[in-house]
Amino acid sequence: MNLNELTIKEARQKLDQGEISSLNLTKACLTRIKEINPQINAVLTLCEDLAIKQAKNADIRIKAGEKGDLLGIPYLCKDVIMTKGVRTTAASKILEDYIAPYDATVIKKLKEAGAVLLGKTNLDEFAHGASTENSAYGPTRNPLDTSRVPGGSSGGSASAVAANMCIFALGSDTGGSIRQPASFCGLVGLKPSYGRVSRFGLISMTASTDTIGAITKTVYDAGLVLSVIAGHDPLDATSTPDKISDYKQGTEKTVDLSGLKIGLPKEYFLKELNPEIKNSILILAKRLEDAGAEIKQVNLPYTKYGIPVYYIITPSELSSNLARFDGIGWGLSREGIEDLQEFYKTNRGEGFGAETKRRIMLGTYALSAGYYDAYYKKAQAVRTLIIEDFKNAFNQVDLLLTPTTPHPAFKIGEKSNDPLAMYLEDIFVTGASLSGLPAISIPAGEATTPDDEKKKMPIGAQLIAPRLEEERLLNIAKFLED
Amino acid sequence: MSISREEIKHIAELARLKLSEDEIKKLGGELSSILEYIEMLKEVKTEGVKITAQVSGLDDITREDWVVDWDKNELKSALEQGELENGNLKVKRVL
Repeated sequence: MNLNELTIKEARQKLDQGEISSLNLTKACLTRIKEINPQINAVLTLCEDLAIKQAKNADIRIKAGEKGDLLGIPYLCKDVIMTKGVRTTAASKILEDYIAPYDATVIKKLKEAGAVLLGKTNLDEFAHGASTENSAYGPTRNPLDTSRVPGGSSGGSASAVAANMCIFALGSDTGGSIRQPASFCGLVGLKPSYGRVSRFGLISMTASTDTIGAITKTVYDAGLVLSVIAGHDPLDATSTPDKISDYKQGTEKTVDLSGLKIGLPKEYFLKELNPEIKNSILILAKRLEDAGAEIKQVNLPYTKYGIPVYYIITPSELSSNLARFDGIGWGLSREGIEDLQEFYKTNRGEGFGAETKRRIMLGTYALSAGYYDAYYKKAQAVRTLIIEDFKNAFNQVDLLLTPTTPHPAFKIGEKSNDPLAMYLEDIFVTGASLSGLPAISIPAGEATTPDDEKKKMPIGAQLIAPRLEEERLLNIAKFLED
Repeated sequence: MSISREEIKHIAELARLKLSEDEIKKLGGELSSILEYIEMLKEVKTEGVKITAQVSGLDDITREDWVVDWDKNELKSALEQGELENGNLKVKRVL
């Protein structure tokens, strides 16, 4: 087995026993990135010298007897998170030459823990998309079938982990952007509760649903990374002061399922759902039932309004958040334009890509005089009803089990000319985002692709827990993984 | 729900986006079909329903107003990405 194929847990044991060094582990990942990235395009920026330096430093710390979960473990980071001294593009032309002047809080925490940053991964520009085709630097390909998308918007991170370019990767999830690509690439993707992880240094998209989490090979690894990056941050007033647990230990406890109630939301088992996916989820439910859990059907009647609510709230918030990109102070700035308005419009018109402009236009429209009440306020009210749906469900059950997506990975180019079809990709993942709930996607086997009956691709099962109940989520996810 | 060409141009003006003729045409059709889908929200009764602006579970986070010196090098590298004059960020003429 090549070192770059290890999980965090396996690498940790080998590092602590002195069997391998962080330098060798890091070099194995760098070699793999150079070998496969030209075909996959998962990595936008490689920081080789920095990574080697960090790895050598980690080796010194390990030799001195220091213990740490992520000490010496190489990772990649979605390029929408600020990394000091390293180019941070958000996969946009408007930030092509932007060097982050400071570290996001999550990066600072990972640095202190001794994790080794290898580079930055591709995404849909500013995280706007579900396929990683909306990048100014070209689409990322799914390493399991390079004619297909890896999902998005954290598609670079998911592809990189699936292709063993790193031991784990950071992503961001605003309306499914960690869970959906994890499911398309056969991986674990954890979206924490809103506020569980500091957003300081995450380039804002939808400030009321943005979260940072990990894409990993195992549930244990996902819990481990969360333990390191979670916690209150004075630099993010929306980060929660509630206590954090040792999430990795939570995944190692023997789970007693007797008395546990698992809900299957009726509205997530639509007729459009791929029958193999439906079957896989029902098999997982049966396993939980056989182990003593009670399976109940629950209703989330406002589910179908999740997408329309999300595609009002998200464009509205991001149209405000992206107003700061005007060519003054940083980013793309055209010379020789004297008129101020013309200067702004040119920089923004040339710097932003098609989907980002579409969303800015949609958001500006929804917030403009005469439409604010009809669109934005209406969506905020329906959001309340969606949140109440989940509250009602969690009065009856402890956890929800659903498919992550209605079908496996689709072909590159298949949906890129139909924005609405791309938005509908998020159908099962926006609910937890709008409600701020923790959710995880775990591998649940394979299903036949709709375009090729001979081709099977990975699928994911999603578990959703009440707010701040990541430990319960990881516990049950671990049970289903084994 | 159809958005006119004039409306697209007006929104682009508000959003400070320079759009090509092609983009204006394409966005008109795309935004119309997206909004048509979103129209389904109208069927939901929301009278008396409180709106949700955030889901942090927190309310009115306040603290003393204090000044903290930021790392000098970080400040420098942040400012240097723009156009500087005598150490100050240069902006365009407003009037």
